[in-house]
Amino acid sequence: MTVVKAVTCPVCGSLCDDIELTVEDGRIVKVKNGCALCESKFLGYNSEHRLLKPLIRKKEELVKVSWKEAVGRAAEILAEANYPILYGWSSTSCEAISLGLELAEEVGGVIDNTSVVCHGPSILSIQEVGIPSCTLGQIRHRADLVVYWGSNPWSAHPRHIERYTAFSEGRFERSAWKGYLNKIKASIVRKKIESAIRRVFFKGKPSAPSNIRNEPPSTLQKEGRKLIIIDVRKTRSAEIADYFIQVEPNKDYELLQAFRALIRDQEIDVDTVAGVPVEYLEEVADLMIRCDFGVLFFGLGLTMSSGKLRNIDAALSLVRDLNMWTKFVIMPMRGHFNVTGANTVFTWQTGYPYAVDFSLGYPQYNPGETSVVDVLLRKESDAALIIASDPVANFPKAAAEHLVKNLLIVIDPHMNATAQLADVVLPSSFVGIEAGGTAYRMDHVPLPLKKVVDPPRGILSDEEILRRILAEVRKIKKRRAEES
Amino acid sequence: MEKNQKLRVTLLTGRTIEQGVGKERGKSSKEYLESVSVCYMDPEDLKRLGIKEKTNIMVSTDYGSVVVKALKSLRAPHPSVIFIPYGPWANVIVNPETHGIGMPSFKGIPAEVEPAPDKPVLSLEELLVEQFGKKSK
Ligand code: SF4
Repeated sequence: MTVVKAVTCPVCGSLCDDIELTVEDGRIVKVKNGCALCESKFLGYNSEHRLLKPLIRKKEELVKVSWKEAVGRAAEILAEANYPILYGWSSTSCEAISLGLELAEEVGGVIDNTSVVCHGPSILSIQEVGIPSCTLGQIRHRADLVVYWGSNPWSAHPRHIERYTAFSEGRFERSAWKGYLNKIKASIVRKKIESAIRRVFFKGKPSAPSNIRNEPPSTLQKEGRKLIIIDVRKTRSAEIADYFIQVEPNKDYELLQAFRALIRDQEIDVDTVAGVPVEYLEEVADLMIRCDFGVLFFGLGLTMSSGKLRNIDAALSLVRDLNMWTKFVIMPMRGHFNVTGANTVFTWQTGYPYAVDFSLGYPQYNPGETSVVDVLLRKESDAALIIASDPVANFPKAAAEHLVKNLLIVIDPHMNATAQLADVVLPSSFVGIEAGGTAYRMDHVPLPLKKVVDPPRGILSDEEILRRILAEVRKIKKRRAEES
Repeated sequence: MEKNQKLRVTLLTGRTIEQGVGKERGKSSKEYLESVSVCYMDPEDLKRLGIKEKTNIMVSTDYGSVVVKALKSLRAPHPSVIFIPYGPWANVIVNPETHGIGMPSFKGIPAEVEPAPDKPVLSLEELLVEQFGKKSK
C-alpha cells in the first residue's frame, strides 16, 4: 500500500492539487481531500464502460482490431478528408493538445475546443474589453466580497468556495464557514417551528406557494467575508450565500447595466430591474464600492443566455468601473479541468484560443464561421476526430446530426454516445491518473498531472495515440506526393 | 383548475452534481443516464399539469420534443421555469442558433410541457437511433 500525495484532480477547472490517493495492488482504493466529483472519478474511472480494445466499424458493427489497423484507418480518414474537424481537447493534457494542433495543420482541418460551447463568448469579450484578474491564491487571502454570477460552484466546482473564496482561511480574510453553520442551524430550528405552527393552526395544510421574490439584503450587514450569488434559479450555492439575487431568465444584461449605473450614482427611475427591487440593488452596489477586494466569478448562466458575449462585455465593464473605487477582479468559472490549457496552447501555436481553421494552410479564426457547431450546421465537414469529449451528448441535435454522418474517429477511455456512432474508436488512458502531463487551472496557473497507476494492458495515452496518427498521416502524404 | 393542459415554460439546461458524479463513472453508466433524462419542475407546475412526481412528460420546443421524467425541484419556487441537466436528452430540444459567435443557446428557451404517462423515456441507444438513425450498435 502506498499513499501518493499532492495529486492534481483532473475533473474541473479548480484543479485542486492537494488530493491524497491510497494505491493498493495497482488500484486506487482511497481518496482524501477530494469532493464527490473527484472521488467518483478516481474510484469509478475503471468501470465496466472502459474501452479496452481499438474498434473499427465493419458492416454496421464495431469490431475489435489491432492498434496498427485502427491507427492506420484513422490516419487514412484524416488524410483523405477535404475538411475534417478535430474537436474536444479540454480534458486532455497540454502535451496532447500540442500534437493535435500539429495534426490539424497537417490535414488542413478545423480544430476547436469545448470553450466554443461554454466560455467562447467570454473569450470574445475579453479580447474586446480586457480582463482585470489575478490568481486564486490572491483571492483566497484577500477577497472580502465574493460574487458568483450565473454559476453554481457547489455543484460544478464543489471545492471552489472552500479552497479559494468565502470558506477558505486566508492570510488576511477569515473563512465564513462558522457563520454558515450557525445559519444552517438557525434555519433548521426555524423550519421546525414553522411546521409546528402549521400543524397546530392549519392542520397540516402547506402554506400558500410563494412566487419568485427577492428579499432585502439585510444579511449583508455582517462582518467579514461576504458571499453573493446571482442566478436565475435558487441553486445549492444560493442556499449557502449571505445574499441571493434571483434574476429573471435572460435579464442578466439589464441587471449588469443597472449595477453599472448605480455605482456611477445615476438614478434608475423604475422600481425593479430583472425582477429585483432597485432599492436592494442600491445596497448591493454600495457594498461593491465599499469592499476592499472584490471578485466576480461568472459562469455559463451569463455566457449561454440571451445576449451571450454582450453579457460578458457588461460584466467586464462593471468590474472595470468598480476599479475606479476599489480593487475588483473578475474570472470565468472554467469547467473542464484543462480547458484553460486548451486555450493557452492553441494561442501559443496558432495565435488564436479556439475555432482555428487550417484549410488554407495557415490559421484563420472567425468564431461563428470557423467554430465547430457552425461548420456542422452548414454541413461542410466530411470527417471528424473527437478526443476526450462527447459532442453527440453535448451539441444541439441539428449539429450532432451532421457530425454522425461524417467519418468519425473517437479517442476516449470510456464508451459514450459519440463513440457508439463512431467508425474508429481508439481507447486511451486517463490523463492525471494513468498518464502524466500538464494542465492549466482556471486562473492560468499550470499544474502537473500525475501518473498514479498503470493503464490496463495495451492502452495508450492520448499523446501516444496522436503521435502515431500524425506519423501515419505524414507517411500517407509522403507516399501520395511520390506517386504524383 | 384545468388539468392535463399544456404548460408554457422557459427551459434552462445546466449542470447538477448528480450528473457530474455520474459522468465520471462513464457516459454509458446508469448513474449518468438516469441523472440526465429528467426534468426538474416547480411543484405547483406539476399540480397545474395534474400529475405526480416521476410521471413522464413531453417537453417540446421549436427544435424538437423529448420524453423525460418529471421530478419535483428542491429549490422552488420557480414557476414556469423548468430545468433539464446537460446531456443527450436536453440536446434534442435546445436552440442550435449560434448568433454568429459559435455558441448555441442552452438556456432560456421557450418550451411547452405536457403529461405523457404512456410514453416511455427512451434509453440512450433508442434515443440515438430515433435521433440519428443508422450506425448505433
Ligand atoms: S473542486 Fe474540482 S478540482 Fe477540486 S476536487 Fe472537486 S472536481 Fe476536483
